[in-house]
Amino acid sequence: MADRLVIRIDNQRVEVAAGTSVAAAILALGQRSTRRSVSGQPRGPLCGMGICYECRVTIDGLPHRLACQALSREGMEIITNGNV
Amino acid sequence: MEMYDVLIVGAGPAGMAAAVRASQSGVRVGVVDDNPDLGGQIWRNEKLKPKSDESKIWFERIRSAEFDFIAGTRIVGQASENSLLGERDGEPIELGYHHLILATGARELFLPFPGWTLPNVMGAGGLQALVKSGLPIEGKTVVVAGSGPLLVAVAAFLKSRGAHVALIAEQAPLWRLGSFGLAVARDAVKRRQALALRAETKGIPYRTGTWPVEALGHEHLESIRLTNGRSTWQVVCDYLACGFGLVPNSELAGFLGSGIQTCDDSDPHPTKPVQARVVSVGESIGIGGLACALVEGEIAGLLASGQVDKARELIPKRTKDREFATVLAHSFALRDELKKLATPDTIVCRCEDVKYSALVNYSNFTSAKLQTRCGMGPCQAKVCGAATTFLFGWTDVSLRPPLGPVSLATLAKVQQPHPKVG
Amino acid sequence: MSQRVVIIGAGIVGAALARSLSRDGHHVTVVESGVIGGGATAAGMGHIPVMDDSAAQFSLCNYSQQLWEQLAPELPIEAEYDRCGTLWVAADVDEMAEVERKHQYFTSRGLPAEILDPGGLTTFEPNLRPGLAGGLRLPGDRVVYPPVATKWMLAQAQTRGTTLVYGTVTAIGLDRTVKATLPSKRDVIIESDTVIYAGGCGGRALIPGLEIRPRKGHLIITDRYSGFVHHQILELGYLKSAHGSDQDSVAFNVQPRPTGQLLLGSSRQFGVDHSEIDGPLLKRMIDRSFEYMPGLAKISAIRAWTGFRAATPDSLPLIGPHPSIPGLLLATGHEGLGITTAMGTAELIADSLAGRTSAIAPEPYFPSRDMAHHG
Repeated sequence: MADRLVIRIDNQRVEVAAGTSVAAAILALGQRSTRRSVSGQPRGPLCGMGICYECRVTIDGLPHRLACQALSREGMEIITNGNV
Repeated sequence: MEMYDVLIVGAGPAGMAAAVRASQSGVRVGVVDDNPDLGGQIWRNEKLKPKSDESKIWFERIRSAEFDFIAGTRIVGQASENSLLGERDGEPIELGYHHLILATGARELFLPFPGWTLPNVMGAGGLQALVKSGLPIEGKTVVVAGSGPLLVAVAAFLKSRGAHVALIAEQAPLWRLGSFGLAVARDAVKRRQALALRAETKGIPYRTGTWPVEALGHEHLESIRLTNGRSTWQVVCDYLACGFGLVPNSELAGFLGSGIQTCDDSDPHPTKPVQARVVSVGESIGIGGLACALVEGEIAGLLASGQVDKARELIPKRTKDREFATVLAHSFALRDELKKLATPDTIVCRCEDVKYSALVNYSNFTSAKLQTRCGMGPCQAKVCGAATTFLFGWTDVSLRPPLGPVSLATLAKVQQPHPKVG
Repeated sequence: MSQRVVIIGAGIVGAALARSLSRDGHHVTVVESGVIGGGATAAGMGHIPVMDDSAAQFSLCNYSQQLWEQLAPELPIEAEYDRCGTLWVAADVDEMAEVERKHQYFTSRGLPAEILDPGGLTTFEPNLRPGLAGGLRLPGDRVVYPPVATKWMLAQAQTRGTTLVYGTVTAIGLDRTVKATLPSKRDVIIESDTVIYAGGCGGRALIPGLEIRPRKGHLIITDRYSGFVHHQILELGYLKSAHGSDQDSVAFNVQPRPTGQLLLGSSRQFGVDHSEIDGPLLKRMIDRSFEYMPGLAKISAIRAWTGFRAATPDSLPLIGPHPSIPGLLLATGHEGLGITTAMGTAELIADSLAGRTSAIAPEPYFPSRDMAHHG
């Protein structure tokens, strides 16, 4: 596996180390929220272990994926906060 | 479908110990976990760089053990009488077993207080997991708060990664921690761990009887207000790492609904191991700490592979290590003030944004759920269930399949989830 | 004249009754053994359709839907009253013939209905698979979130003096009394002029000879996918597969919740009394939905559950005097249409207590009818 790989977060090209979770990649960008709650509040990861579902993002077109449990993969397209 | 003599759910210390012991007898062993690698929460990312003697020993042992590791796979229910259903990369996967060991560990207890939904307010283990999976923390200011030994371990870890840990706020009063300190001092391994942690957290203030009352910020956390019951003060920080102890992940055991123990717990000093087809071990049956999880995993692995005599030898150690659970529960009992932190506007159910004021007049979880949507979101009450049990004393948090959200295509493969009626 | 009325059951039928009867000045006591709206009320989809399996079913649905529409402006937003309409999908020419028949039936009775060709179907519901024959759109149909509507109607009754008692009814006396066991284990006897049984299948143990039996159904709720479907969509094969048979059956039935979630049904099972999920039947139900809407396969399901509907031999509810027990009225057996027909049921019973003429003929629903000759 390559040491570094390239993913896209909200159409922005991001280079991350292999083994970086999608949640860590998003937060490392300086962006703190992964989604908007049902009443529109910004939310970010809470439990870090796939329990709380606060870190849901759209990965490769599939909504409601857990960013904390997904490892970054070359070419992955991530959409946060319901951005399109 | 893969068929295993022994299938272990959970690849943390208890699951690893079970895999090591079971595989020694030559039976076919499978370990399934939703994380990408072995180690669970406590030993996450330690395969190559173990941080303690225990983790070094067990990673060495597991390296020479023969078993299948089914990574990145979330178990969602039962597929048949002899198999579990999981989902990996959105695809269903069925895993068969003769013996099943549930080592599903624990999650953090999160309690609502004003601002706890702000981004960068995280679990203590939560922030640790994120840093271990690539979040840079160097130079960031972190307040670690809540309750339990995990706080100190997290603070030590964050400091080692270059974070500035402003303080550790432990809600338990100092006098309550006496029995914990005594139990640690009496046990060589725990004493060594404690001394190491003390050295690693040197310079970080450890404030007992102190707890968070409000997280402040606009779009994200900017500062945290703490109290010791007499005065209240504010600390500017980038992250709040906050967990109020641990909640056993007992949901899968609840679904399977079978005899879920490793020892005859009806006997106060059990000498007889119980050889059941499905057993639960470690934190998933009650928070007893690392040593307890390891020995229970060992016993379960030995029993599931027919090594009854070896299992029996470990029973006294298990009895002693389980006693630590009582010490933990007593020392880190949550103070009543924590029930009063939420204001009417504080959100309790984060999935559905249900406020405290919407819940306070209900007398049980079932009614509150039906009327307010509390617990109806994708986490299926795994956060608000334990919180409302603490806040309101509700004990009827219901369990319905699947264990976690899955695609409809996977759900079509659930055969016998046997949910509890209610 | 004002009466003392005891209503057994705080589901949607009991709550609608309490609201109507308290409005008419009766002294109402509601007895509930579990939680408000927690039985069949919580297990249903909350669809408010007009069905036309029989003239009597049509009348009661149509009347009830109008009553819902009158109530709508008062309902709290959490009741999620939504005018999404129903879309019946025809897979083939046989089912298109049924579309034509239904269209004729509804329009001749003044209800809006629109026949869709395959193109029209795609325009309204792009996630339906290509190749379907067409459909019938009924824009007048609604959906509601029943537990909240139930509690709200009961709360209205409570502001007018209705008393809610938590307890399990153990006997209905021949002297217009109800015996109940309270949560404290204490037994109480409630005296009344009229007892109304508005519970579900549990009534078989209380009322000898009650002609209802449990029909078990499965439902699934998904995460939020706003705009994935727009109408409550049902297959017309529903009529062929699910009606007039005691075999386990499934049908494609999906509903858009105002939250953006999808509620997916449906299954139909008799002769089962445990509430556990039936895996093979759940699979059939899900697979059936994929035949109509393949994109559902990747949608994330949050929760599956089951519920029991009280079904009568002729699929019409039992509304009116019990044939032999004096002072006992029945308001049960609504099967899968209880959310809709609770409203009409409440008015029919209120009319009978007040001695008023009802908006629709009450006789087809009398428990004394000969049910063998229907359906």
